[in-house]
Amino acid sequence: MTRALRLTTRRALSSIPVLLIVVILTFLLLETAAGDAVDAYLLSIGGGDAAIAETLRQAYGLDQSMAARLWLYLSALARLDLGWSVAFDRPVLGLIIERLPNTLLLMGSATALAFAFGSTLGILAGARPGSLRDRLLSTLSLVVYAIPGFWLGLVLAIVFAVQLRWLPTSGIETIASGRTGLSRAADIAAHLVLPVGTLALIYTALFLRVMRAGMAGIWRLDFVLFARAKGLSRVRIVLRHVARNALLPLITMLGLQAAAMLGGSVVIESIFAIPGFGRLAQEAVSGRDAALLCGIIVVSAVLVILVNLLVDIVYAALDPRVGTAERGA
Amino acid sequence: MLIANPTRRSFLQAGAALLASTALPAIALAESAPAGGRLVVAADSEPKNLNPAIVASNGVFFVASKVIEPLAEAAFAGEDGLSPRLATSWEGSDDGLSVTFRLREGVTWHDGKPFTSADVAFSALEVWKPLQNLGRIVFAHLEAVETPDAATAIFRFSRPTPLQLIRNALPVVSSVIPKHLYEGTNIATNPANTQLVGTGPFRFAEYKPGEYYRLTRNEAYWDKEQPKLDEIIFRVLPDRAGAGAALEAEEIQLAAFSAVPLADLDRISKVPGLAVVTRGYEALTYQLVVEINHRRKELADLKVRQAIAHAIDKTFVVDTIFLGYAEAATGPVPKNAPQFYEADVPAYAFDVAKANALLDEAGYAKDANGRRFTLKLRPAPYFNETRQFGDYLRQALAAIGIDAELVNADSAAHQKAVYTDHDFDLAVAPPVFRGDPAISTTILVQSGIPAGVGFSNQGGYANAELDAVIAKAAETIDTAARTALYRQFQKLVAADLPLINVAEWGFITVARDSVLNVASNPRWAVSNWADTALKT
Repeated sequence: MTRALRLTTRRALSSIPVLLIVVILTFLLLETAAGDAVDAYLLSIGGGDAAIAETLRQAYGLDQSMAARLWLYLSALARLDLGWSVAFDRPVLGLIIERLPNTLLLMGSATALAFAFGSTLGILAGARPGSLRDRLLSTLSLVVYAIPGFWLGLVLAIVFAVQLRWLPTSGIETIASGRTGLSRAADIAAHLVLPVGTLALIYTALFLRVMRAGMAGIWRLDFVLFARAKGLSRVRIVLRHVARNALLPLITMLGLQAAAMLGGSVVIESIFAIPGFGRLAQEAVSGRDAALLCGIIVVSAVLVILVNLLVDIVYAALDPRVGTAERGA
Repeated sequence: MLIANPTRRSFLQAGAALLASTALPAIALAESAPAGGRLVVAADSEPKNLNPAIVASNGVFFVASKVIEPLAEAAFAGEDGLSPRLATSWEGSDDGLSVTFRLREGVTWHDGKPFTSADVAFSALEVWKPLQNLGRIVFAHLEAVETPDAATAIFRFSRPTPLQLIRNALPVVSSVIPKHLYEGTNIATNPANTQLVGTGPFRFAEYKPGEYYRLTRNEAYWDKEQPKLDEIIFRVLPDRAGAGAALEAEEIQLAAFSAVPLADLDRISKVPGLAVVTRGYEALTYQLVVEINHRRKELADLKVRQAIAHAIDKTFVVDTIFLGYAEAATGPVPKNAPQFYEADVPAYAFDVAKANALLDEAGYAKDANGRRFTLKLRPAPYFNETRQFGDYLRQALAAIGIDAELVNADSAAHQKAVYTDHDFDLAVAPPVFRGDPAISTTILVQSGIPAGVGFSNQGGYANAELDAVIAKAAETIDTAARTALYRQFQKLVAADLPLINVAEWGFITVARDSVLNVASNPRWAVSNWADTALKT
């Protein structure tokens, strides 16, 4: 447990400069994009004269220099104030609190499903590398992984929502239904089947491939040969020795995947009209809303850091070598 | 609002008549429309400011027009192409210095307070004139609004303002907001801008960001027969394929503003129970325009501009890019504005040989590679069709030896590059004709507009004769004389080509057969839907 604690403190401290760099880079990146929040807004209302643009630039604080705005933003951030979104005319924190749970629910369920199925199928495939079962699963996973997410999402929606009408086409829950409690939870679950299924299917393929590749490599190692020489049963060798060791790169993948899914859900959130984080980020970019985009990125960065911390703790539990080397240092 | 003659309209829309006819049975049922029900509609944007008195845009009107009413709405039939809403009559003085509105009596705001002329005076002087994107133009010379009694508002202008302009602009610029909620507050940030309070047939009930807007029936609406519906829900569906799927799955009953892409219409029109409606956008005509930067020496030459006009095959653009859901344009005023439209203008038939000859004449001979010169072409990213036309234009220009370098950018970047930085030679733009040339059309060619104004002449074009016609029309009170000036304006633009008008299009509505009274006026999608009903 002390290893976990030490990891946590070290990570928390090292993440502050990381966050700072992320914020400054985001700010600069959006600054280099042509057009500002006023251009984006006036466009959405069909144009306006020079005086309106001038008034709005003052109201948005865009008449100040970039350095001044960046400093204002950073000092507010230091007081844990995420600022004001000009694209939505609302506080950034409120927007994030509203959207984050949807994305976490979507992402969390999809990752959990993908991890569970992916590792199980990976073990099935990697138990006998080169067998017919392995080849079938490997080919299938490659095909699924090659399918673009938006296409898969649309096809699943057409089949299950439009043709068969088993599931709703889009949304996070039935609009203005007045449901509460369990009935509302069931409603949300029904709405999540298609988007979660789409994301999970694609990532299952990825996890399967990593698991299978890891196991194929381990079969060739000496300790496996020794285990077989000892006369251990094949099931025991597969589960206790080969799969457990192949799990480590999979856990690493899981950490990386969490970050990718925060961004990768933009497409799925748009197709299934889920008011989530990805869509919010997209709207922040097209509205040139620096405060909102930075807010989204800071929160995402914190989430990714947290997930990776968790991954490290799991890693330490799985592999006793992790963290021990730092004791002397 | 501009269509006086339905026969002419149906003639003009002959191409779409077949599809439009599928909606006619629904319109025929108008009188016997049953009351009640919830209509669920697709919405693709969530405006941050929903107040139509401040933001006169289609995105805002789509939701807000059901809650907040204008003085008058556009109508297919009716005097001046208008049907009365909060005003019952309007009359201009001969000197063009005042307009008198008689207001509807017995109207109450959704919070129960009475609607009076004070609300109109407040909206006009404190909101439309100083704050509204279009009102700033129409009411530029509004000086005072007198309210001799609760049902009369007299608008006083410092300079002659044509009644024709005011009438044509009424549906768009005259949304009345309650004085008692706005007076003494910061109007731009008033909470009522998102939690709307109006006099309209529906009350603003609920907004769930990213999910839906909910409007409910106003039991105290001044027209006792209306509204028919109990509830309207605008469901946010950002993905266009998603809107089509939701319609097919019967989760929504209507998608306006071409939420279903043109390419899907052929398939979706065959789905039983769904109808494709092309009517109801006659007063919201979008124009496909090639903007020209006259600072480029080649483009300052009229022959080169004529050559480009001859190189564009408008029939191909209409048939292939718009799949027939558009009209070829002849000039800066669209055909479905018959009040102003002038057909007798210089035309530029598709003729590659003539275009090449004009360029040779202008002294831009082809080099060894068959190229004359290179231009930077920026298609606006706002519509699929503007992007596709950019691709087409590049090929059309290649055929006459002009090498166009396509520069694609996102909305904000495009807006800045073209209208502020002038970093373009040619640009593809979709300006809107808003019922009167003085609202947002003359600005496209007029000189002296500061940089940074979107959808305006930022190509450095200056033509003293054209400027004079525009200035004269702006203060000509007599309707016939004013109309004649705008006809002359169209001839001048078509002759000198400050920009090239290629096509004009309206949007498409897809609705279930159960929705009655779809497209009952020329601004239907952005009107109040008081007569819209659901068949049970």
